[in-house]
Amino acid sequence: MRSGKPKLATIWLDGCSGCHMSFLDMDERLLDLADRVELVYGCLVDTKEFPEGVDITLVEGAVSTEDDLRKIRQVRQRTRTLVSLGDCAVTSNVPGMRNPFGPRPALDRAYLENATSRQQVPTEVVPALLAESLPVHAWVPVDVFITGCPPSADRILEVVLGLLDGRVAEAAKVSRFG
Amino acid sequence: MSEVRTLVIDGKDVAATSDQTVLSAAEENGIHIPTLCHLEGLSDVGACRLCVVEVEGSPKLLAACATRVEEGMKVTTSSERLVAYRRNIVELFFVERNHICAVCVANNHCQLQDQARDLQLTHFELPPLHPELTVDATHERFVLDQNRCILCTRCVRVCDEIEGAHTWDIQGRGANARLVCDLGTPWGSSTTCTSCGKCVQVCPTGALFEKGRTVAEAKSRRPYLPYLVKAKRQGS
Amino acid sequence: MSTDGPDGSAPVRHGRQPEPLIPDGPARASANVCQAAGCLSMGSDQLFETLRAAVLARGLHDVAVRRVGCLGLCAAGPLVEVPEQGRLFERVHPGEPKRTEDLVSSLAGETVAGRSVAADPFFSHQVKVVLERCGTVDPERLEDYVATGGYEGLSKALTSMTPEEVIAEVVRSGLRGRGGAGYPTGLMWRTVAKAEAPEGKYVVCNADEGDPGAFMDRSVLESCPQQVLEGMAIAGYAVGAHRGYVYVRAEYPLAVKRLSSAIRQAERDGHLGPEIAGTRFNFQVEVRIGAGAFVCGEETALIASIQGGRGTPKPRPPYPASSGLWGCPTLINNVETFANIPSVISRGGDWLNTIGTERSKGTKVFALTGAVTNTGLIEVPMGLTLRQIVFEIGGGLAEGRKFKAVQTGGPSGGCIPESLLDMAVDYETLAAAGSIMGSGGMIVMDDRTCMVDVAKFFMDFCREESCGKCLPCRVGTEEMYRLLDRVTTGMATRSHLAQLEDLAAMVRATSLCGLGQGAPNPVFSTLRYFRGEYLAHIDDHVCQAGVCPVPAGPPAGATEAALAGTATVSSGGRP
Ligand SMILES: Cc1cc2nc3c(=O)[nH]c(=O)nc-3n(C[C@H](O)[C@H](O)[C@H](O)COP(=O)(O)O)c2cc1C
Ligand code: SF4
Ligand code: SF4
Ligand code: SF4
Ligand code: SF4
Ligand code: FES
Repeated sequence: MRSGKPKLATIWLDGCSGCHMSFLDMDERLLDLADRVELVYGCLVDTKEFPEGVDITLVEGAVSTEDDLRKIRQVRQRTRTLVSLGDCAVTSNVPGMRNPFGPRPALDRAYLENATSRQQVPTEVVPALLAESLPVHAWVPVDVFITGCPPSADRILEVVLGLLDGRVAEAAKVSRFG
Repeated sequence: MSEVRTLVIDGKDVAATSDQTVLSAAEENGIHIPTLCHLEGLSDVGACRLCVVEVEGSPKLLAACATRVEEGMKVTTSSERLVAYRRNIVELFFVERNHICAVCVANNHCQLQDQARDLQLTHFELPPLHPELTVDATHERFVLDQNRCILCTRCVRVCDEIEGAHTWDIQGRGANARLVCDLGTPWGSSTTCTSCGKCVQVCPTGALFEKGRTVAEAKSRRPYLPYLVKAKRQGS
Repeated sequence: MSTDGPDGSAPVRHGRQPEPLIPDGPARASANVCQAAGCLSMGSDQLFETLRAAVLARGLHDVAVRRVGCLGLCAAGPLVEVPEQGRLFERVHPGEPKRTEDLVSSLAGETVAGRSVAADPFFSHQVKVVLERCGTVDPERLEDYVATGGYEGLSKALTSMTPEEVIAEVVRSGLRGRGGAGYPTGLMWRTVAKAEAPEGKYVVCNADEGDPGAFMDRSVLESCPQQVLEGMAIAGYAVGAHRGYVYVRAEYPLAVKRLSSAIRQAERDGHLGPEIAGTRFNFQVEVRIGAGAFVCGEETALIASIQGGRGTPKPRPPYPASSGLWGCPTLINNVETFANIPSVISRGGDWLNTIGTERSKGTKVFALTGAVTNTGLIEVPMGLTLRQIVFEIGGGLAEGRKFKAVQTGGPSGGCIPESLLDMAVDYETLAAAGSIMGSGGMIVMDDRTCMVDVAKFFMDFCREESCGKCLPCRVGTEEMYRLLDRVTTGMATRSHLAQLEDLAAMVRATSLCGLGQGAPNPVFSTLRYFRGEYLAHIDDHVCQAGVCPVPAGPPAGATEAALAGTATVSSGGRP
């Protein structure tokens, strides 16, 4: 049973939160958007479990860890229109820069070589890295891509409003990497 | 010595001189064809294939930058198929090497990035090749980052044809093709480079840039070339 | 002294070698010992010396022992033909004295042995124009060539025909280029003849022969280089050129050696050089050695390479016929094309025109290899069916093996399935079937061949040989290779297949030269006739031929990670 306003969710995988910041940059237009959608999951909402039956999910970040992968599979299952938000989700961007070297040297660099105290690669709590950091559509089908690092608030709003009005092609018109 | 030729480009009657290319005839008439390896003032090599057009009667697509106009030619510059191919081409450039615009010196001043925007490329389907490549920062003023090089050979040509130094060339075949300085030596120890900076100015991407530039700061001055060419011709 | 060729197979001997034995009168029997690269690599030079010594020792004064070029059945070498008896002796290894003794007693007329040539379909179906003298003349003796009518065509052209008449004769013959594209040779000559050339013109013989497994041009050059030189000189006269180049790959040291010696001898006897045949026509030929890049066979790359530059193609037009070597009009033809010319002139164009089909005239030389009984060099009239070539000339497949496909045209060609075996071999029919005539590689494949693996093999070749100048070929061949690799390792989904097809279409349409434009062809043709094999790898993880290492079940995540690099997936880093 669907009722009321379309359900919108946002999630954050391996990204810097810049795309979410950009989303917040909509400022007062956020209020207009809030009139048109129900925000059901994301950093602004205190929900622990990703809900079922979401209409639009914006994903920030690349798929870099086992945890990211588990999340994105669940999100895909529960979302009608999945949107890759920003270059990290679209191309794996900065997280993908470790790919030519592999996960081990990246961990060593971060936790051993560059660490000033307690030099140790964590094995608990921190989720295990996948062999490569990949864009979202490498693992699950993605419906809409919003490029940019980060995409501007205008661009995000335009695409989301377009989707609410049933215009999927809107995203390509404003594509720009970087 | 050149004679007048008349042809049709995208349904528009166009007059050009016999030494003009399809690309220049189109530009003169306000018809835009995307390019990357072409640069006004340098010889044309037809390497990036972005400017391919359909010519009636030719079973093959032709590079507009490297094809002379002919009498009665009928040219189509942007059919659906051509646009799709161009999008594929730009995608292949992106997956070939490490193009992470967000951290690139050329961000917002890059012609490859512009092509992706103009062609409305939203993402890449093909697996990235991204070989591990070197950055040569041995020159006192400039840097070569192979990771951003699209092998357009503009630098090779400007250095050879305008500066007369022929510091750059291409080594290796296929996916192993690389831009090389002199006989594969570091740029800083080049015996031919005059440090004129022309290659840096003509590079369409963030592969060649001035030292001290960080993300999004490398801005080349590409359109200056025709003046140089003219000055050189008049001088000689 | 003897040195190995770069490929290790063809020892090239320098310095003086024993003279052939040639009786004063007509020979009662001759041992024609093959000295082309294939037999040489099996010791036929030593065999020649052994035979020569044996014949001398037995005092057989009316027996000849001669060196000749390729005898055709290369895989059964070392070969010796005794033409007077119509017999071919196979596998006469110098290390097996019994074989040599049988041959010598046959020469002495004591026994009759060897394979009978007349009744053998391998020979009886062949028609020899290009290979007319291969296996009958000594490749290093100009006298042999002249004694069999050599240089008659050239002197006829020079003394009794105008250049235009020569061209008209070539047009009338219907001859088309044998280097791959099949462009009408006469038209090409006319274009070059008409081109304005204030600074002269050139004739170039393309002997780069880079297709994997091809050795047609090599055999012609090693067996009868004079015929090619004569063809080039006639072309020079027809188009108004006074200089010619033969561009040979460095992997063919024996061809280079024989060609160079042929040029010296022809100059010495006035068939090349100044005032040929007492006329005012002069023509010089030089050999240029290429470093063995496949792309250097492409004409604009070849020109760049002869000029001393990097061998990369240029956009055409302008074609070499108007702007080639050093910007001058240049005629480029293949070895086999030139080898046809002397007979076209001496016997007339109409003669060649009677051989072949409506639009493909004359003969074609093929290097027949793969799963057939008789592998080697063959020359057949255009229009023979593939079935005749594979099952009659080739002698069919080995006992118990089933025919699957025949590959023609090399890396730009395609695979033709059993249902089309009755197809006539000519330019148009092959093209309609999704392959090409190409330069003459013909590989027969049986049920142990996986067609996806075949497509991958050729793509691997193309990505290695891509010159890297243009993007679609440089990156596209690499990406197609990786997609094919996914199929053969069971990592592909249907969407990868769709990606492969899209990419193939794009690379074909947008690449700069024939290498990139042709590279997707093996993919297209195997998909056209053997799509089922692709789907079996993808959907069922089965390689019907048992060639590919497809694991039984899909590896974790493989079907989902549409974009994951192959290296990652096989390193097993994924959950
Ligand atoms: C990648 C590539 C490789 C080629 N290799 C050869 C070759 O090895 N030998 C050859 O004769 N032609 C080769 N060709 C064809 C030549 O470009 C040219 O068409 C031919 O030499 C013309 O001679 P023809 O008309 O006598 O065939 C090749 C073409 C391409 C695109
Ligand atoms: S060179 Fe251009 S396309 Fe490549 S990363 Fe830099 S800005 Fe992006
Ligand atoms: S700085 Fe000038 S001379 Fe040096 S490589 Fe660049 S163009 Fe050539
Ligand atoms: S360095 Fe720049 S100008 Fe030179 S080939 Fe690479 S992309 Fe082109
Ligand atoms: S198609 Fe391939 S071989 Fe030909 S020019 Fe392009 S990269 Fe070089
Ligand atoms: S601009 Fe014409 S091929 Fe690159």
